[in-house]
Amino acid sequence: MWDYSEKVKEHFFNPKNAGVLEEANAVGEVGSISCGDALRLMLKVDPVTDVILDARFQTFGCGSAIASSSALTEIIKGKTTDEALKVTNQDIAAFLEGLPPEKMHCSVMGAEALHAAVANYRGEAWSDDHEEGALVCKCFGVDAALIERTVRDNDLKTMEQVTCYTKAGGGCQTCHEKIEEILMTVNGSVPVAAAAAPGILPPAALERPCTSAIPAPAPVSKPVPTTKRMTNLQKINLISSVIEDIRPQLQRDGGDVDLVDVDGDTVYVSMTGMCASCQMSAMTVSGIQERLITALERPLRVVPVQPERVRA
Amino acid sequence: MTDGHIQVMTGIYMDNNATTRVDPQVVAEMLPYFTEQFGNPSSMHSFGGDVGEKIEWARGQIQKLLGAEHDTEIIFTSCGTESDSTAILSALAAYPARKEIITSIVEHPAVLALCEHLEKQGGYKIHRIGVDGKGRLDMDAYARALSDKVAVVSIMYANNETGTIFPVEALARMAKPHGALFHTDAVQAVGKIPLDMKNSAIDMLSLSGHKLHAPKGVGALYVRRGTRFRPFLRGGHQERGRRAGTENTTGIIGLGKAAELALSHMHIENTQVKALRNKLEQGILAAVPNCFVTGDPDHRLPNTCNIAFEYIEGEAILLLLSHQGIAASSGSACTSGALEPSHVMRAMNIPYTAAHGSTRFSLSRENTQAEIDRVIEVMPKIIAQLRALSPYWGVNGPIEERTFAPVYA
Repeated sequence: MWDYSEKVKEHFFNPKNAGVLEEANAVGEVGSISCGDALRLMLKVDPVTDVILDARFQTFGCGSAIASSSALTEIIKGKTTDEALKVTNQDIAAFLEGLPPEKMHCSVMGAEALHAAVANYRGEAWSDDHEEGALVCKCFGVDAALIERTVRDNDLKTMEQVTCYTKAGGGCQTCHEKIEEILMTVNGSVPVAAAAAPGILPPAALERPCTSAIPAPAPVSKPVPTTKRMTNLQKINLISSVIEDIRPQLQRDGGDVDLVDVDGDTVYVSMTGMCASCQMSAMTVSGIQERLITALERPLRVVPVQPERVRA
Repeated sequence: MTDGHIQVMTGIYMDNNATTRVDPQVVAEMLPYFTEQFGNPSSMHSFGGDVGEKIEWARGQIQKLLGAEHDTEIIFTSCGTESDSTAILSALAAYPARKEIITSIVEHPAVLALCEHLEKQGGYKIHRIGVDGKGRLDMDAYARALSDKVAVVSIMYANNETGTIFPVEALARMAKPHGALFHTDAVQAVGKIPLDMKNSAIDMLSLSGHKLHAPKGVGALYVRRGTRFRPFLRGGHQERGRRAGTENTTGIIGLGKAAELALSHMHIENTQVKALRNKLEQGILAAVPNCFVTGDPDHRLPNTCNIAFEYIEGEAILLLLSHQGIAASSGSACTSGALEPSHVMRAMNIPYTAAHGSTRFSLSRENTQAEIDRVIEVMPKIIAQLRALSPYWGVNGPIEERTFAPVYA
């Protein structure tokens, strides 16, 4: 059982401000049921003074997700929207007298819902923050803006911390390089520990959230002693045949995969059916990547693309 | 209530697939061997002599529980995981020309993680046989995977999360013509369902003490006489050279007593405990909307019940249960620090709307009618309380996904 603070327990067992706020004029919704937590934050904001008169929430999630939502509503009531926007996930965690590191993402979800709700109140398109290219962790739908803000607000130094706080990188691991770039940009230096080489496997502690039926990909940067010499055509044919081999296995599980394109050492695939739901695709992608690396004896990166985004 | 300095846990314990309470009769059997008969069984003096005899008595109890032909087919180990590793690595060492292993996608990590390691580091090909929506093994895929390249098949007797029982006898018979050894991780089955190893096709079988009211830190591996075997631990003559290391005498004696008790309670397990489990399950299903049993109810351990509650999350359920003094467990991601629901729920394609809320109740002969009634009483309130908080649940039931569409999902 998690070692939750008394404050977390208090807000879980007797959450404040739970339920629907009928007269809400600002609503923020984040998360998803497949990712294990989701939050709808409803605010009643005074249109003249911008003061948050009332706040309520509905949360699908674990004890700390519910407690973080409850804490958030308590913190922001009475604040103006500008003041509320200064509330960070740190403030939520501090209000709860701390959260276990693996549960910090619950406080981040609270802060995200708040930003979404205020944007909704102001009539801004909050999702603009999250345009396609900015999506870093495809497994858990985490974008660069969120990772940057979380790294800055919480003074994060390692890949492992980013996963604990945002979930990013906790699935197929193909985004680790991008996350390390963000860590370097924000911190202005090489990230600690896991940062020696991009694509390096995470420390043992991180392997826990990544357990999957299909093994994690071999580190992309690992030097490959012998690289098969082959033409582009041979390479694409080999990739195609490996993917054809994998397909029956996925089809049995109600999914499928198609080769979309090969660009240098990046292989674009489209996942459909059961494979398109986020965690399954994360595991499957890492499995496919490993099969391809083994078959081609060279480092490769497999990137899933949405079927509708498939280039003609 | 205190007993010496230790707080005695009171409450309703329904997490017996995780571990069990050591039976007081087991403790009593062990106690003299800590301070009176403390000798090393290998020693010549009389402080060790009786201990050796007692260990052989314990071996005989396991033999009876498993229905094994010879007591020398039992090797004591430190736990179920050691038994699993010993069996699989022994088979690979004994058949070095065979480079494939068959297992299932829903095995315990003790087997799955070892296979993954062997795949990465040892160059072995691993066939992971899938399951259908009820957790039943894909028999066609299993038949296709079998060949004379397979050194060992390792498939669990019964699943720890759902209690689903695999047809291991049939699977073992199918492996025979290919010359592959058949190992089964039976830690959840031993003591709960009758076994008859002398008339079985299974070559090796793992069991664990703490799942059947013996202490933690002791297990056993059954190895059929005539099976090629290579030790995992070397360096001593103990266990006929098949498992070196000074015997965990008290643990082994405890396991012996627990096996004796399990055999004498076998009928209770399959009548009384099963009836309690069924009552609990039917009571919850009748009182709570939008929930269902996972796994295969027709082929299931008598003590296990796994119910998936839709639109709420398992850790929150466990916290509220724990607040009521009830211990259960969940396949939810959040209870383990993982970010994804359990591999067993995913393998069965349980929708994410329900997998996160899967809750396991695993009973033992110590549970009572009153405890079952109490859980049936509190469960609907707990589920309703959490659904009232859930954005996916309205006044009258689940809300269409479209009306709650978070910004990035």
